[in-house]
Amino acid sequence: MTVLNSRVPEGPLADKWTNHKNKINLVNPANKRLIDVIVVGTGLAGGSAAATLAELGYNVKAFCYQDSPRRAHSIAAQGGINAAKNYQGDGDSTYRLFYDTVKGGDYRSREENVYRLAEVSANIIDQCVAQGVPFARDYGGLLDNRSFGGVLVSRTFYAKGQTGQQLLLGCYSAMNRQIARGKIAMYNRHEMMELVIVDGKARGIIARNLVTGEIERHSAHAVVIASGGYGNVFYLSTNAMGSNVSAAWKVHKKGAFFANPCFTQIHPTCIPVSGDHQSKLTLMSESLRNDGRIWVPKKMEDVKAIREGRLKPTQIAEEDRDYYLERRYPAFGNLVPRDVASRAAKERCDAGYGVNATGEAVYLDFASAIQRYGKEQAHIHGLDENDKDLVKKLGTEVVKSKYGNLFQMYEKIVDQNPYETPMMIYPAVHYTMGGVWVDYNLMTTIPGLYAIGEANFSDHGANRLGASALMQGLADGYFVLPYTIGDYLSADIRTGKIPTNLPEFDAAENAVKEQINGFVNNKGSKSVDYFHKRLGKVMWDKVGMARNAEGLKQAIEEIRAIREEFWKDVRVPGAANEYNEELAKAGRVADFLELGELFAIDALHREESCGGHFREEYQTAEGEALRRPEFQYVAAWEYTGNPGEAIMHKEPLEYKNIEVKERSYK
Amino acid sequence: MKLKLKIWRQKNANDKGKLVDYDIDGVSGDMSFLEMLDVLNTQLIEKGEEPVAFDHDCREGICGTCSLFINGEAHGPDRLVTTCQLHMRKFNDGDTIYIEPFRAKAFPVVKDLVVDRSAFDRIQHAGGYISVNTSGNTQDANAIPINKEHADKAFDAATCIGCGACVATCKNSSAMLFVSAKVSQFALLPQGKVEAKQRVLNMVEQMDKEGFGNCTNTGACEVECPKGISLENIARMNREYLAASFTSNT
Repeated sequence: MTVLNSRVPEGPLADKWTNHKNKINLVNPANKRLIDVIVVGTGLAGGSAAATLAELGYNVKAFCYQDSPRRAHSIAAQGGINAAKNYQGDGDSTYRLFYDTVKGGDYRSREENVYRLAEVSANIIDQCVAQGVPFARDYGGLLDNRSFGGVLVSRTFYAKGQTGQQLLLGCYSAMNRQIARGKIAMYNRHEMMELVIVDGKARGIIARNLVTGEIERHSAHAVVIASGGYGNVFYLSTNAMGSNVSAAWKVHKKGAFFANPCFTQIHPTCIPVSGDHQSKLTLMSESLRNDGRIWVPKKMEDVKAIREGRLKPTQIAEEDRDYYLERRYPAFGNLVPRDVASRAAKERCDAGYGVNATGEAVYLDFASAIQRYGKEQAHIHGLDENDKDLVKKLGTEVVKSKYGNLFQMYEKIVDQNPYETPMMIYPAVHYTMGGVWVDYNLMTTIPGLYAIGEANFSDHGANRLGASALMQGLADGYFVLPYTIGDYLSADIRTGKIPTNLPEFDAAENAVKEQINGFVNNKGSKSVDYFHKRLGKVMWDKVGMARNAEGLKQAIEEIRAIREEFWKDVRVPGAANEYNEELAKAGRVADFLELGELFAIDALHREESCGGHFREEYQTAEGEALRRPEFQYVAAWEYTGNPGEAIMHKEPLEYKNIEVKERSYK
Repeated sequence: MKLKLKIWRQKNANDKGKLVDYDIDGVSGDMSFLEMLDVLNTQLIEKGEEPVAFDHDCREGICGTCSLFINGEAHGPDRLVTTCQLHMRKFNDGDTIYIEPFRAKAFPVVKDLVVDRSAFDRIQHAGGYISVNTSGNTQDANAIPINKEHADKAFDAATCIGCGACVATCKNSSAMLFVSAKVSQFALLPQGKVEAKQRVLNMVEQMDKEGFGNCTNTGACEVECPKGISLENIARMNREYLAASFTSNT
């Protein structure tokens, strides 16, 4: 085991980034034209990085598996993006955003990276507005904000429930400008299959054209992984169907360390599972907790009556409802961080108070918000505040203007009208804080290989706060990587084009072809999904919201067994040289089956509870997460031939600018 | 419920393609349309047949990847939803369902129900952006107040997901709703006005080059659009285009 060097610059926290930018090497504009950079993934991180690198003058090759970069899963982010603008004058500042993020992450993130993130956050909003991102505005024409979990200020900028879409389209438009200039070569419907390392440096990738099946070689002076998170290891998650770990896992197998894989966010407000056919879970934005109140019935007989359809939630009297978040966490109420809210829902449902047939659902109720807004509107317009129908109508309009598309989405899926009856929600896998280990420059342990956005591990610790994923993706891509990568590339100005006929490319391509041929010639009997679902069930049952040593040990054994069976018995119809979605899925699930094991191993080794990682053995008397100081480090795993034999390296975490204390939201 | 599916199968772009019949049983109303196809595909794979290829990704109606012409309607019989949000409760036991790709000259079939919509990307390359560098040195986000009504309208136009339902629905295979949504978003914002003339001219030119048809004001696109993009955008684009044609120097 070695201790990792995160290459954090010297100096006071608030000056580090500026000093670093002033000192690092630059590449002059003429030389940038001689340098190629590959970007894998075109979400907020990859898209913004590709656009910015191209603007700077580098030759960018961008890859996405979707049919257009505009479809990357960042598009599905709903609620908003944080920035320390303090437009509301409610005491926000760079330090406060930094503080909230480190605390929200349960003191498991790298202090200096988080400070830099908070520092550049305000620029992101300026940038997006300049690009034509239509954020919500008030009647004075200025930008509006709302509040998210785990904070006491309103710093979240939003565009209804479609913030991710609008930010991604902003990014996409910046990319389009560079594609038109010929500075970005865009490879849609391409999947990265392997990393190519030459003389110890990342120098290219092997990609598969998903339409023709052709295996292609692409070289560059640096490679950036921006392929998102690995939540789909659970099969059911809020991720897109195609979201996968493969790019990140392939680089891990080639030498990049993988950090804190067990840090996964289970989001509290998702639409509950309805049956075995289910292919994915749908999130209901955290922003709904600004106005929605979460509850279950107090009395068991009411729970029973509801499940049997004899009672409607609206018929339960106020005093018979348990608003359990408001009860347990009076200071933050319904806006506690996600990990806390998810565990509290699980606690109530495990105790038998779940309100649907499966017993795994709680209510998210807007009735009181509709009342409150309705009365306010009636007052503003000089109307009768005691006219119940009028108040409800006016209040409904306000709620609709804030969350209309989310309510519509809910109604289409569940077939119930959430303006009339409370929503039913339950936690679901949403985001992965763990990922490829990177230093302060966002470089992995392989020289010339970078990881940005959700694909890396650095900023969110053990729990990500709402509206911080969009912030991190754009911070990395627009404002951090384009500077730090220059420091590395400045040594490459005389290298010249990297040829693709090197033996390293031959070897990487052969390995890819061998795996593909193995799949299409395997005479198995079960579909890829069959194995993916089984893996997902083990992950959810034993490596999910609550974990214990015994369950984790079983999970490791079970995952190994599923993996073995997968290779023997998977059936991949069709051929290698054509559009073949099953073949693409097979490669992704093969990687999930390895990652899943490392994930469980990491969860087993971390004998503490922190953020989204909850070990049942380590909890306080009140059932809160019990963090242990001896685990105040990043666990970065090195691949040595199979996931069960990964070697752990530590990056100790030091907090010099924030006091480490119990994370209380009471 | 039990259903009869008639699905378009086409090996690749050069194949002629045909409708093939499939029977499916045990479909529940809570399934989404795509989950119903997942069930069919699992059965096909286990029988040793090739599954039906269709585009899909987020399965929550926002990425714009899924398509499908279902019983003659883009994204099926429900309104304001994409195919991935269409649920089987909209169908009845014993129904026959025709499932075809989005058809247009500018959207060639890749395989089965998958089509190539890269023409949309190329229209965006022609001008679907504001020429501002991502340096972070722009002015403060609140420096220019934007009238809420304009901001809201720009947002409504910007919610287009680029799925292509408008093109598939239009008898002329026109892309006017799609293009006008982007033109409108930027034309309504002060940041977008600087390049507005050139933008509309370039985007319309590219749209024509790609082989999309003209608009004859039928309005089917607005009805079938899963995001409810308004025809008003087409009117705005026409105004912008006309004004730009008369006053632009280029």
